[in-house]
Amino acid sequence: MTSAREIRMWTPNTILLLFAILVGGGVALYRLTSGLGAVTNLNDTYPWGLWLAFDVLGGVAMAAGGFIIAAAIYLFNWKKYKPIGRPAILTAFLGYLMAVVALFLDIGHPFRLWHPMIMWQVHSVMWVVAIHVVLYTTTLAIESSPMLFERIGKSGALKVLGKIMVGVVAFGVMLSTLHQSSLGAVFLIAPAKMSPLWFSEFIPYMFLISAIAMGLCMVSTEAMLSARFFNHHVDVEIYRGLARGTLISLSLLLVLKIFFLFRSGVGLAFDGSLEGNMYLLEMAIGIVIPMILLLNSRFRKEPDAILGVNILVIVGVLVNRMNVCLFSMQEYSAAQGSSYFPTLMEILLTMGIVSLGIFLFKMAAKHLPLFANPLEPR
Amino acid sequence: MAINRRDFLKATSGGALLLASGATVAEAEVKPLTPGAVGILYDATLCIGCKSCMVNCKKYNTIEEGGALYKPGREIPYDFPGDYPIWDEVTELSDTSLSIIRAYKDGTGLNRNQVEDGFSFVKNHCMHCIEPACASVCPVDALHKDPASGAVIHRRERCIGCRYCQVACPFGIPKFEWGSNNPLIVKCQLCHHRYASGGYSACCEYCPTGASIFGPVEELRAEAKRRLALSYGSTYDFPTQTVDSTHRMPGKVSRYIDRIYGMTEAGGTQYLLLAGVPFDKLGFNPRISDQEYPELTWSYIKKVPVLIAALLAAGAVSYYATRDRNAGKSEE
Repeated sequence: MTSAREIRMWTPNTILLLFAILVGGGVALYRLTSGLGAVTNLNDTYPWGLWLAFDVLGGVAMAAGGFIIAAAIYLFNWKKYKPIGRPAILTAFLGYLMAVVALFLDIGHPFRLWHPMIMWQVHSVMWVVAIHVVLYTTTLAIESSPMLFERIGKSGALKVLGKIMVGVVAFGVMLSTLHQSSLGAVFLIAPAKMSPLWFSEFIPYMFLISAIAMGLCMVSTEAMLSARFFNHHVDVEIYRGLARGTLISLSLLLVLKIFFLFRSGVGLAFDGSLEGNMYLLEMAIGIVIPMILLLNSRFRKEPDAILGVNILVIVGVLVNRMNVCLFSMQEYSAAQGSSYFPTLMEILLTMGIVSLGIFLFKMAAKHLPLFANPLEPR
Repeated sequence: MAINRRDFLKATSGGALLLASGATVAEAEVKPLTPGAVGILYDATLCIGCKSCMVNCKKYNTIEEGGALYKPGREIPYDFPGDYPIWDEVTELSDTSLSIIRAYKDGTGLNRNQVEDGFSFVKNHCMHCIEPACASVCPVDALHKDPASGAVIHRRERCIGCRYCQVACPFGIPKFEWGSNNPLIVKCQLCHHRYASGGYSACCEYCPTGASIFGPVEELRAEAKRRLALSYGSTYDFPTQTVDSTHRMPGKVSRYIDRIYGMTEAGGTQYLLLAGVPFDKLGFNPRISDQEYPELTWSYIKKVPVLIAALLAAGAVSYYATRDRNAGKSEE
């Protein structure tokens, strides 16, 4: 299959994306020259803000679709999902690249980003996370590379990749599973600061399961949107299969959430506090409403309804990441007389990074054989 | 006046957490120390709030030989908030204040070491945990427990500025240079850089009343226990500057809260505090448990090698088990 050159480059949407990227780039430059204090509202009580919660935690969770679909195609041999394999893996690759960009700008000394590679500290979850990011981004690059080789006609490289791909995917699935849960494990150290609504020793596994739900929804949404915008056909059965997967992972998540809610005290969620309300919001839009919709078999089979569910779950998991990283610290921070709300520049940079991802995806769709094609060479 | 800490913890959400995370709420064992472990004992009942410790902390941490606040060409970073030239106006620890004296005040604030209508000072700086959370989470080993003194030191040349230590430290000690364009973490190093030349923590050396004393942690613990055993109103010769000092100041013994803060908190610390007012009133987070914090994340990380093997094996098994699923229709 060939690339989709008929995709138009200069649409109003693309111009908007490029504008957002430009603005974000300006903020990035300003951050590099003036520091974090000048650009962000971060402080010693809220050392992590929007960039960490949304761009890094949210971005990586969004990328989970890549490893799930790769596992489905290569390790479970569900060939039905082959048509969405390439876009799913490309999304994961772009998601990780964007998380790395955000991390680069978020750490104090951006040009020391490589330090964890040589200054090992195996007791640190952050070190484990850093190693995972590097290895998994490399793995995703390899998993995405057949597209490029196909495009430039290197059949020799394609053959080699075809032989090692199952191994690469197995390695990537292992890395990604651990990376998703390790991101949750980062917060295991803060029981004295976080609200018990979110802190539990199970937080790594809840991160993993919610990332799986979000990843499935991302892949499904992306397939629907790109089918619409880039004019190609996706079998409805793929959406239905992904929706079943979403329902299963949300059910598991709901059971865990309810268990830990009862253990920490149900009252905490209903006391009208900011944390309680954020918890209810997250539960409602991310888990309960999507599950009610998906349990109805009529909705579960209808792509438009699935799209609605997907969007709810994606937003819900993003809210969860913000809750864990920011809102769960509310009570502790208030006691310190501290608060946080992102600056316009933090929001603009986040928009720029997201726009960059969408733009790169579109360029890949235009110039690379992205759709409806098995990953491995024939 | 001593508060029952176990009941207090149980009454808060922190108690539920502790029980849940498998930590022992029961009296934790006092952690054995490394032989050379040194620390500070701060007795709030002796503190007069003169802030001599704060100013000398800044002064001796701005020296070139290892001062935590040193930067080429930097003056001693006294703070003048609001353009008003009073160096002790700061109210929070920051990247230029490694230690701080704060005050508790209630009602009329007339009675020393009393909860109601009383006041007390408290000195905040790094607790120098026996098992430091910050060092365990640092991805580049910049925060590091010195094997000889047990001081938790920060190695600037390694730090990347990820701020995980700020999230991890239950006491909120590591501070970040928000005003710098390439900011890093700053914290108290127990004046680690002054030991080689025979010095010790500046806050103790320049404390005029013996409220802060420096010394081996074992001796500080013994001294703290001795003080708790003294009877209210009796006279005691309080050592100044160091625990084994020959210079002692006789003083009336105040009423102590029956608790040595730092004996078991966060698994035990090398900075110990005594006070006449409960420690949560002095600003210590009551949700801080006796848990050794590094264990919280280590209990996850130590599973990672097994998980790697299990996940790879599961992938391989699944691949071979489902291989025939598409036999004959792989070209669909």
